[in-house]
Amino acid sequence: MTTTARSVRAFAAVLGRDVFVTGRELPSFLAQVLVQPVALLFIFGKVLGQLGYTQPGYAQILLPGMIALNAFLVALQNTSFPLVLDFSYSREIEDRLLAPLPITWVAVEKMLFGALRGLFAALLMFPIGLLMLGSVAWELSGLPFAVLCMVLGSLAGGAVGLTVGAAVPPRRINIMFAVILAPLIFTGASQFPWAQLEDLRWFQVVCAFNPLTYVSEGMRGALLPGIPHMPPWVCVLALVLACLIFGALGIGFFLRRALD
Amino acid sequence: MTAAVDVADLVKRYPKSRHNAVDGLSFRVRRGEIFGLLGPNGAGKTTTVGILTTRIVPTSGKALIGGVDVGRDPVAAKTKVAVVPQRVNLDRSLNARQNLLFHATYHGIGRRERHSLADELLDRMGLADKARARVDDLSGGQSQRLMIARALIHHPEVLFLDEPSTGLDPQARLFLHDRIGDLRSAGITVVLTTHDMDEAQKLSDRVGIVDHGRMLTVDTPNELIRSLPGSGTVDATVHPNGTAAEKITGMLSEIPGVQRVEDLGPPAGTEATERIRLRLYVDGEAGPLLGPVAARLQERAVAVTDLALGSASLEDVFIELTGRDLR
Ligand SMILES: Nc1ncnc2c1ncn2[C@@H]1O[C@H](COP(=O)(O)OP(=O)(O)O)[C@@H](O)[C@H]1O
Ligand SMILES: [Mg+2]
Repeated sequence: MTTTARSVRAFAAVLGRDVFVTGRELPSFLAQVLVQPVALLFIFGKVLGQLGYTQPGYAQILLPGMIALNAFLVALQNTSFPLVLDFSYSREIEDRLLAPLPITWVAVEKMLFGALRGLFAALLMFPIGLLMLGSVAWELSGLPFAVLCMVLGSLAGGAVGLTVGAAVPPRRINIMFAVILAPLIFTGASQFPWAQLEDLRWFQVVCAFNPLTYVSEGMRGALLPGIPHMPPWVCVLALVLACLIFGALGIGFFLRRALD
Repeated sequence: MTAAVDVADLVKRYPKSRHNAVDGLSFRVRRGEIFGLLGPNGAGKTTTVGILTTRIVPTSGKALIGGVDVGRDPVAAKTKVAVVPQRVNLDRSLNARQNLLFHATYHGIGRRERHSLADELLDRMGLADKARARVDDLSGGQSQRLMIARALIHHPEVLFLDEPSTGLDPQARLFLHDRIGDLRSAGITVVLTTHDMDEAQKLSDRVGIVDHGRMLTVDTPNELIRSLPGSGTVDATVHPNGTAAEKITGMLSEIPGVQRVEDLGPPAGTEATERIRLRLYVDGEAGPLLGPVAARLQERAVAVTDLALGSASLEDVFIELTGRDLR
């Protein structure tokens, strides 16, 4: 058997292990990925709207953003948190590092699996959003592009998660939420259309550095073409670049942590 | 035939470190051999095992497993080795049996085979009733046996055991030693690191003594002991009858053939005025000296309560080579 064939088989087995473990922890996984976006959608889309504090139609703008947020952030968290733990006291990942596949592939598997979880969490938001908001006025012909953005967003989230998870030392895990996740949540254009930020130029520039912005804008532009949005090609290009840059960076950090 | 393990001029310097953790280490392990890597803490044993199992990148030198260069072809090397590390690294999201099954899957062992192997190994390691136990609920000895089972399930050519009996109770240690004995009959090459002399002496076909990242000597335990200067000893227990201990050691050292005399103090529960134990290190054969020793003590009216031939242990070799300093 060739080395490549053996590595492909080991890669599938390592991915299978992660799918198996997630399947067994499904309820806690669902709670982890759904509570926050559902609560946000409920307060901003439903409660504030009914009280008259937000304009009618805001919920429609919010829903694609929440789907994008889930794709990117769940992928990021589900790659980075387990990795920080894996490299700390438990050292569980050693079994995978000693499996017959290149260590780079183990890093890619972590990223890919985080992205799969992000994608799954994002898909779940579709029916939940429909149920909560009653109806959506989506441009259905934009759906394929929205799904493309979702897939790229999940992969970008996994890549950023790999970078963060392999770079953050375990004792800094608390700080990670405050200085990395919170800013990513609020600068990702998921609660507002980025293209309309002209009067807040500096904030618009800050948001342009967050890969999540391109997921939100791409999805919102495809599903609600009437809302001002970034050109689609910009979104795709930015997300592909984010995947490549953070993917390479993450693999580099991973190798440094995995090999002494 | 290629050696199971072939290490030559291996060097590892960790980043930001000022000295080499492994410093020009060379040794070969034959197929089917149980090789003991013996050395004090910090000698570089774990680092060497890490390099040979692809987890640590060497700074320079050669490290081959069954002829495969671990640096150049790590994937092929990983199919040939297995390691039971010093610290537990079981997969805590899986139960005991699943740990074995998934490990076997990573290594491409087919479904039927891995299920029967898992059951057989759990049984052999005394874990049959722990198959569904959570990893967190296993005792130290059980975790370690599970790690051995996991290591064996993909049919490695070389098994590395890093300080396997540290922290085990005597029963668990004996059980472990028996299992290591089984590996010998199964023809698996074993490299065992330890700082426990008795263990190395009991289990190993050959022992390499390492310190400061260098191989000081390699040989069979018996050969190492025989090579020790003053390897024969005479142990005496005497009743001083008022003679000072220094005086007794002094007069015994004057006997031709005696290298030095060590005062081991009184046996447990007795006073030094009643009884003292002495160890005489001898140049050549110890036997012919029994007579002269007894005669000399008799002359000075020191009563002998026990006089016996002792023999050096691997510990003596170890201390002789690595010194008495604390690490
Ligand atoms: N990850 C590491 N980074 C830096 N130095 C290390 C690392 N691991 C071990 N060392 C150092 O390398 C030397 C050899 O350590 P080790 O191989 O663990 O010895 P042993 O297993 O024989 O006790 C020690 O001085 C130790 O402090
Ligand atoms: Mg060690």
